Amino acid sequence: MPKQPLNDVMITGQQTYKSLDDSISSLILDQKRHKKPWWVMFALGVSLLGLLGASVTWLLYQGIGIWGNNIPVSWSFDIVNFVWWIGIGHAGTLISAILLLLRQSWRNSINRFAEAMTVFAVMCAGMFPLLHTGRPWVAAYWLLPYPNIMAMWPQFRSPLMWDVFAVSTYLTVSVLFWFMGLIPDLATLRDRATNKLAKVGLGIASMGWRGSNQHWHRYEQSYLLLAGLSTPLVLSVHSIVSFDFAVSIVPGWNVTVFPPYFVAGAVFAGFAMVMTFAIPIRKLYGLQDLITDRHLDWMAKILLATGLIVFYGYVLEAFYAWYSGNVFEWNNTYYRRFVGPYAWAFWSLILCNGIIPQLFWFPWARRNTFTLLFVCTSVSIGMWLERFVIIPMSLTSNYLPSSDKMYYPTFWDFGMYIGTIGLFITLMFLFMRFLPIINMFEMKDLLHKINHALQKHDEPHAEEASVGGGE
Amino acid sequence: MAQIFRPSANSIAHASLLGVAIVPLVLGLAIAALSRSPWNTKVDVPLNQPVPFSHQHHAVELGLDCRYCHKDVEKSSFAGLPATETCMSCHSQIWTNSPLLEPIRQSMETNTPIKWTKVNKVPQFVFFNHSIHVNRGLNCNTCHGAINNMHITAKGNSFQMAWCLQCHRAPERYLYKDKAPEAQGRAPRQQVFDLYKKLQEGGMKSLDEREKQLMSGHFDGTNDPADILAGKKLINEYGVKTQQLADCWTCHR
Repeated sequence: MPKQPLNDVMITGQQTYKSLDDSISSLILDQKRHKKPWWVMFALGVSLLGLLGASVTWLLYQGIGIWGNNIPVSWSFDIVNFVWWIGIGHAGTLISAILLLLRQSWRNSINRFAEAMTVFAVMCAGMFPLLHTGRPWVAAYWLLPYPNIMAMWPQFRSPLMWDVFAVSTYLTVSVLFWFMGLIPDLATLRDRATNKLAKVGLGIASMGWRGSNQHWHRYEQSYLLLAGLSTPLVLSVHSIVSFDFAVSIVPGWNVTVFPPYFVAGAVFAGFAMVMTFAIPIRKLYGLQDLITDRHLDWMAKILLATGLIVFYGYVLEAFYAWYSGNVFEWNNTYYRRFVGPYAWAFWSLILCNGIIPQLFWFPWARRNTFTLLFVCTSVSIGMWLERFVIIPMSLTSNYLPSSDKMYYPTFWDFGMYIGTIGLFITLMFLFMRFLPIINMFEMKDLLHKINHALQKHDEPHAEEASVGGGE
Repeated sequence: MAQIFRPSANSIAHASLLGVAIVPLVLGLAIAALSRSPWNTKVDVPLNQPVPFSHQHHAVELGLDCRYCHKDVEKSSFAGLPATETCMSCHSQIWTNSPLLEPIRQSMETNTPIKWTKVNKVPQFVFFNHSIHVNRGLNCNTCHGAINNMHITAKGNSFQMAWCLQCHRAPERYLYKDKAPEAQGRAPRQQVFDLYKKLQEGGMKSLDEREKQLMSGHFDGTNDPADILAGKKLINEYGVKTQQLADCWTCHR
């Protein structure tokens, strides 16, 4: 393929402003576009959501004794799942904040989608530490600093406290970012809607957006400010999550590479999840012209890059366990990871996160839907295993041989985990049906820029508001 | 294209935005205020009792010692409520026909204890011990308010944890010893009860400023540097372990 300017393949097919608007907004305005596959996935999501409801109800009734956690393994599936979900959210923030600031216009067709994933993933993540307290209804006064009648104040020296702020800031900024970006599109939908109820609902949600010059001016300014706010969050949230472990004295949690290694892992997991959803959806709704093969190719490259950083983290963890000369670190690493009852988890992790993503060195693997989905699924599993290896497995053996104890999850441990996947699927599929999954106005802006570039490049076709090209 | 909303929608939108900012704040403040108000704490709210017993009358006007009825207060975690026999030690002789005392006589006759309404209580997960507080010379009124003025007993303080911690974090502001020369040799717990005697014999004018505050139920710890210094001396003398006093396990075991 001849070398083409970047923008050329970010939108393919004969596209006009109207065709862009039509292909995206009809997903909401023409509900008949959602056929059997949507219902199948939604039913799956809702039934798993039912499992979540049952798990939470039984948990609240019975207490956290229904989980497999016990001393010394006091953190297990609950914290594993928390870290896993928080990590998945990171792709959205990276795409919307950092790629925006870096003017990567290819983000335009995936940012809305990834931001929604961020919000939903953080919601799933947030449930775990709250339920881990056993009494979520009183967690407010355990977690938040406010002048209360007990004269108690949270322990600000604890990374768990930093986590409360990191995650709640993350959720707030992500929701704001997502909603702000939706406003111009909601206004477009409002103007195109024929249904009275949809008109009023979208009218309220679009907050009086008229698309005036002033509106756009303020929108651009505040969007940029929010992007600036979110950028440090991409790095800080998962760094702080890693401090939950790295600040402690548990063997296996002590490597100083934890923060960057966790952040890379988060972006790794996040992009894998974005692709896991993007690939079937673009096929289902015929959006291949907007989420192009080039998008998937680039996301696969990011996956490869972050995967290498993560793999470097695994190597360093093992290296420092040996190089530190700390007998407890080395015993934990050797007898709990390399060999022993949990070795299967460690070696599956190396396979899923270390070896399988290396497929992406080959261009054919980055363009084949099957290999993309295969690697992404393997990464999602691998990232879950990574947290499992780090959290409960390290806790099963610490300084005293007498405190070695195996950890066995129960049905309810799995129930909660699979249940949150159900919540995520339900929310994603509702989102697809009721909100624009691709940023319409940014795509139109991109189209305008492409046309403009083409006009300069190729005068005779100046009148035609469409793009040729593609692959 | 027809307009979806009337112009008045603008005002509603503005009001909603303002509401989003203000309502949670107001709600939070309202909950904070309510949880600290007598509506929740029942401070100064007299409760119905089977017999309208007056502390003011018995303890001050008649001069009964606190320990006559609350006999375990120096030795036990629980101060103790008087048995019917204790009431009858006097009331078998005086006011024998008073209709107000009918429940006491009934109780005696049927051999069933009187069910007093509990005024001061701490939750089950709080281990409170009267004896240690009395033996460090803390006057009843420090916690129970102006019990000497109460006709029907009411809570003197909120008993919320923040209130407990005022003293547990700074006991020097509350520990106290009578400065009079004749009081010096006495055990701290003796001084607790002597103060009521002093009030009964000499009235309010015989008391010093701090004792007056205590007896009128307005004592919230001293800020006088000299008194604080004296309090610190008492901490040493009594061996109060201030580093542990505000630890969780001191009260929650």
